Amino acid sequence: MSKKLLLKNDHVPYINKLSVYREHGGYSVLEKTLKNTSPENVLEEVKKSGLRGRGGAGFPTGLKWSFLARPEGVPRYLVCNADESEPGTFKDRYLMERIPHLLVEGMILSSFALGANTSYIYIRGEYFYVARILEQAIEEAYAAGLLGKNILGSGFNHDCYVQVGAGAYICGEETALLESLEGKRGNPRIKPPFPAVAGLYGCPTVVNNVETIAAIVPIIEMGGEEYAKIGVGKSTGTKLISASGHINNPGVYEIELGVPVEEFIYSAQYCGGIRGGRKLKAVVAGGSSVPILPTELILKTANGEPRLMSYESLGDGGFATGTMLGSGGFIVMDEDTSIVKNLYTFARFYHHESCGQCSPCREGTGWMEKILHKILEGHGTLKDIDLLWDIQSKIEGKTICPLGEAAAWPVAAAIRHFRSEFEDYVTNPESIKDIKHYYRLQN
Amino acid sequence: MPLVTIDDIPVEVPEGTTILEAARMIGGDIVPPAMCYYSKLKTSGGYCRTCIVKVEQGSAKDPRPMPKPVASCRTTVMDGMVVRNITSPENLEARAGVVEMLLINHPLDCPVCDQAGECHLQDLGYEHGKEETRFEFPRREFEPIDIGENIKLHMNRCILCYRCVKVADQITDGRCHGVVNRGEAAEISTYIEKAIDNDFSGNVIDVCPVGALTDRTFRFKSRVWYTKPVDAHRDCAKCCGKVRLWNQGEEVLRVTARKDKWGEVEDTADGSTAWICNECRFDKKHINDWTIEGPSKIDRHSVISANHYETTLRNIKADTIKMMGSKPHGDKVTLGTGALDPNNIH
Repeated sequence: MSKKLLLKNDHVPYINKLSVYREHGGYSVLEKTLKNTSPENVLEEVKKSGLRGRGGAGFPTGLKWSFLARPEGVPRYLVCNADESEPGTFKDRYLMERIPHLLVEGMILSSFALGANTSYIYIRGEYFYVARILEQAIEEAYAAGLLGKNILGSGFNHDCYVQVGAGAYICGEETALLESLEGKRGNPRIKPPFPAVAGLYGCPTVVNNVETIAAIVPIIEMGGEEYAKIGVGKSTGTKLISASGHINNPGVYEIELGVPVEEFIYSAQYCGGIRGGRKLKAVVAGGSSVPILPTELILKTANGEPRLMSYESLGDGGFATGTMLGSGGFIVMDEDTSIVKNLYTFARFYHHESCGQCSPCREGTGWMEKILHKILEGHGTLKDIDLLWDIQSKIEGKTICPLGEAAAWPVAAAIRHFRSEFEDYVTNPESIKDIKHYYRLQN
Repeated sequence: MPLVTIDDIPVEVPEGTTILEAARMIGGDIVPPAMCYYSKLKTSGGYCRTCIVKVEQGSAKDPRPMPKPVASCRTTVMDGMVVRNITSPENLEARAGVVEMLLINHPLDCPVCDQAGECHLQDLGYEHGKEETRFEFPRREFEPIDIGENIKLHMNRCILCYRCVKVADQITDGRCHGVVNRGEAAEISTYIEKAIDNDFSGNVIDVCPVGALTDRTFRFKSRVWYTKPVDAHRDCAKCCGKVRLWNQGEEVLRVTARKDKWGEVEDTADGSTAWICNECRFDKKHINDWTIEGPSKIDRHSVISANHYETTLRNIKADTIKMMGSKPHGDKVTLGTGALDPNNIH
């Protein structure tokens, strides 16, 4: 049985209510911490836990917190990034929808450690109903004296606000998020300075993912060292995985990092195998922007070792034969899936979501989408495949924010691992008219 | 003072200098082209990515290279930094990619564009672009709009450098124009095509690197290379009154601010930037309004003003960068010596 830290009470009825949450031990960690511990100790425990950012980049949270500038007389902010918009990722929504108080408790604990008296939860516009759930939770917390002035008699003041975005993927990039939070157009800022020095309203700011902040509660509860024992190597703790695609049991799963990918896909405890007993074709392991991997590479690394659900194991082999854990958006594709069609969907998304600030991304994302459309329609040439490869290389690493990479990586990986399929679209467009028929013949 | 090496040329610069500014101190071919950076406007730069360079060594203390190319206009130098611009083929390739991106949706309507001859994108295209486009889809199109009676906005030509937005933000009051929509559909606009009504709004024309914002009082009157620029001034209550007149005979066709060799508005003696007001720009179109100082020194390397337009045409298939290499940038061409003489352009 897997270890559950975040979702251990997710099926308790009315766990979104403060009274029920408290009956199940909620806010006890906060009470103990505010009474007995100093902010430095909380930071120390988070460092010891080895927790890595759950939003996608996997940067060590303790280290990020220790970078926070602490000039005298300047407020510090904690911002929770709930702008979960990566295609294939829906774990934060589930967490906030089911157990909003876990996030609120994590926000207060983290703010206590950072010395932030104000925090914001920036939530994507499409999650307006989740924002209402969070607001109700915050209201309850205020009424119970868990937020506001002098929390539980500790002398610590904290206010927490929910801000709804207007539906832009780019606002999940931390500096674009801050711009949007300030009421401006959500364009990423040019770094440096980093938010830890000059973030929200020019003040030192920490921006963390929902899951990261929620994970602070079990970390403080069990101690950083205990938390670090869960998982494998530098991938400590548990991770929420949003499993979707052609599997029998799509949904959000909390896994102990280090579960073999094969077990995750085929075990009845998790995805429960591929729908209709079909064969696995490919997996996008961490949300649409990470490289797609074919069956042979997602189940085993290039060295023949079993691939595990961890930051290191999924990244093994670099982008040539590996991928990334990313945000945990695990998209499974069976043998009937057209990789080209899937890539076109991704490319259309990035084209739509590019903010338009810097040229390679603004122009390149649209160009890639147009070429993919042309290939899909059966008008492509072999040259177009090389052109696609060249365009993605001209975008990757040349942009202000990582959206450029996010748009370029899926294109590169699809061509790298499934070039023959692109060539079939070009040289034999007749054969792909009936996609299902075509792919069945392949196997 | 930090010591930075750009393309093997060391230079000592004040703390906080950007790589681009350091390169400009050295001068010559190693200066990265800049389409969106404008030293007189705060927070400009970083958007167009044409000035990207490779940082081979971050600093003396931390000699690791930077993992990605950086925008030289927004990256400050560190002591012991080693930068490669034109000595890195990889970097030139990356820049060519950016130039291609800037051009795929550009209408390439130079023959009918008022900016031709003094357009930074035209220069950039000649120096870093490829001969052929690989883009085979319909280009993005917008309707040209009038923003006020004196300014024309041709969004088709815009490269979204944000310079005009910064001007509106920083030197005019009551800003009413900015960027609307996002991604490929992003456009410079005013709120519901509202006219820009402001004493200094005309400066958006001067900072525009392309033909997106043009002077309606000059549109289609002449080509810029047929005009003779002279420096002139008048007593103006609103601005410094120091301008450049673009004349044909006795007729003043256009008034602009004075620009330096980087295409930026010059500083006045007291160190402030010599932005000019709309009255000087649009209303004083008579030679008697002005005290003429003398011919302007055109200190730019534009393909047309430096008079190697024909050479470029003839060698269009030759490696342009190599060709430009023999002719140092910043060639001083004084008017009257024939550089802009219409007789020299066939």
